Amino acid sequence: MRARMCSGTLCLALVALLVAYDRVALATDAPERVVSMNLCTDQLAMMIAERGHLISVSYLARDPQASVMAAEAGTISINYGQAEEIFLLKPDLVLAGTYTTRTTVSLLRKLGFRVEEFAPADSLEDVRANIERMGKVLERPDVAQALIADFDRRLSAISVSDNQPHPTIAPYYANSYTSGRGTLVDAAIHAAGLSNVGAELGLRGTAKLPLELLVVSRPDLIMLGRRRASAPALAHEIFEHPVVQNLMQSTSAAIVPDRFLMCGTPHTASAVELLFDARAKHIVEQTQ
Amino acid sequence: MSDDAKYATLLLVLFITACVAAIASLLVGPAAITFLDALAALFSEDSSAIASIVNEIRLPRTLLGILVGAILGLSGAVLQGYLRNPLAEPGVIGVSAAASLGAVFAIYTGLSALYPLALPLCALVSAGVAVVIIQVLAGRGASTLTIILAGVAVSSFAGAMTSLALNLSPNPFAALEIVFWLMGSLADRSMVHVQLSAPFIVLSMVVLLSLGRGLDALTLGEEVAGTLGINPRRLQVLAIFGTACGVGAATSVSGAIGFVGLVVPHVLRPLVGSKPSRLLAASALGGAVLVLAADVFVRAAFPEREFKLGVVTALIGAPFFLWLLMKHRRQIL
Repeated sequence: MRARMCSGTLCLALVALLVAYDRVALATDAPERVVSMNLCTDQLAMMIAERGHLISVSYLARDPQASVMAAEAGTISINYGQAEEIFLLKPDLVLAGTYTTRTTVSLLRKLGFRVEEFAPADSLEDVRANIERMGKVLERPDVAQALIADFDRRLSAISVSDNQPHPTIAPYYANSYTSGRGTLVDAAIHAAGLSNVGAELGLRGTAKLPLELLVVSRPDLIMLGRRRASAPALAHEIFEHPVVQNLMQSTSAAIVPDRFLMCGTPHTASAVELLFDARAKHIVEQTQ
Repeated sequence: MSDDAKYATLLLVLFITACVAAIASLLVGPAAITFLDALAALFSEDSSAIASIVNEIRLPRTLLGILVGAILGLSGAVLQGYLRNPLAEPGVIGVSAAASLGAVFAIYTGLSALYPLALPLCALVSAGVAVVIIQVLAGRGASTLTIILAGVAVSSFAGAMTSLALNLSPNPFAALEIVFWLMGSLADRSMVHVQLSAPFIVLSMVVLLSLGRGLDALTLGEEVAGTLGINPRRLQVLAIFGTACGVGAATSVSGAIGFVGLVVPHVLRPLVGSKPSRLLAASALGGAVLVLAADVFVRAAFPEREFKLGVVTALIGAPFFLWLLMKHRRQIL
């Protein structure tokens, strides 16, 4: 009886020791209080971080139009990227984008926090690199590798050789902006076997595509986001312009929700698939 | 040459200049279209790319340039004659800013999406309120200082409310559009905008052009005007209604374009003589020339940029405004 109790105590002690060891191991391995303050790092971190280790994401992560993982973000507390609130969260790792919240990032660094910055992905290669790096800083390289493998598998299912037809497509956003060379959208268009009108016109980055040039370029397809405006603004009036209305009636539309392309994530493959489907549909319509 | 002949010649020259500016406005744009192609497209019924560019992108812009410029020049001439103040102008006294506020209300609450006519009507009402406020604050024949102060008050209040409304909008684009409402632009306007604003602008031009005789009589003083059969009350109502209606409708589709109503009548006054009635038609033509030319300049000089029209008119207008103030001060001293 006494011996049994003793072994029971011993067991408990062993378990306690194991738990303690595990804690120590975790503390030295992966950051446990990760705070992300950028929509793109939010999504990558939610996919890669261990449950419970990501303690806060930016408020944008909950916007279903901008974020692929709005539902998951609903279960994590949100921040507005202000130094004070990040400080109070006592993170051991802060994830940020290279373009936004610059002053906050430098302040947090001065206060001694570890901040990892991620540049926005402008190509499919950037998407892979960002996933891989996120795996590294969160100490979960195997999860990241699995995501990359899945991403590559989806992309390799779509292959269009150079001698197959490349219909032209014009991405067209509010305020008559389009995506030129050097953008993730351009990369997705190429991967889907299409040819980007903006890039052919020599536009770089996200640039204005004057209405007149859109008409002259006569794209085979027009690419629209499915973002519904939260409130009216003149920026969306361009879609009511009779010229654009005519064009939308006579041209096949490729509807690609903004959230797939706003950030380079494994879900960018969904955008490529949607574009590829639109291309296939257009080619079928042409041959009929 | 007699006075009348000189006046007729001036009007003819202004008219021809306006036609040249209008043609230039049809020819300038990112898509290269030759003069003959543009001309042919204007009268063709087909739906080629050139035809839709000329008829649906450039023509509305040209028509709005004419209408907006004409009403701004004309209302500047009327306000200067009626308030007997050289600085009275829709932009300076805050009527344009107030019209912008009305238009902002109509668009960003979603009202104009339901009832398109709400856009010019809200701008019109708001502009009318501004004219009445200016009149109450400054009165007719008030000192230049009073009218400028009243104008600053109305302008800054309306501008601040416009900025506030757009900043509070949940749409991220709205805040960027403050610039449009405060500086004005004719970029990518369509025939829908022409149809919405033209009836109001034309109506107010008819009303304002008919005020010539009354404004002439008013220069002799209110009592003499009365003996000449001018009803001052009627003149007041028509001047306020005409300005509010025209500037309101113009601003609701083009944003607030400043200084046109100030510069044009002052440039033309020495050429037409002292009679306010003669200034009216000339200022309407002159306003159209100025706005068309500014819009062509915006497109030709900065094709890649969203360069606002009000920037160009302010670059011409602001130094002119300073020069006017200096001249005016010298006269007082």
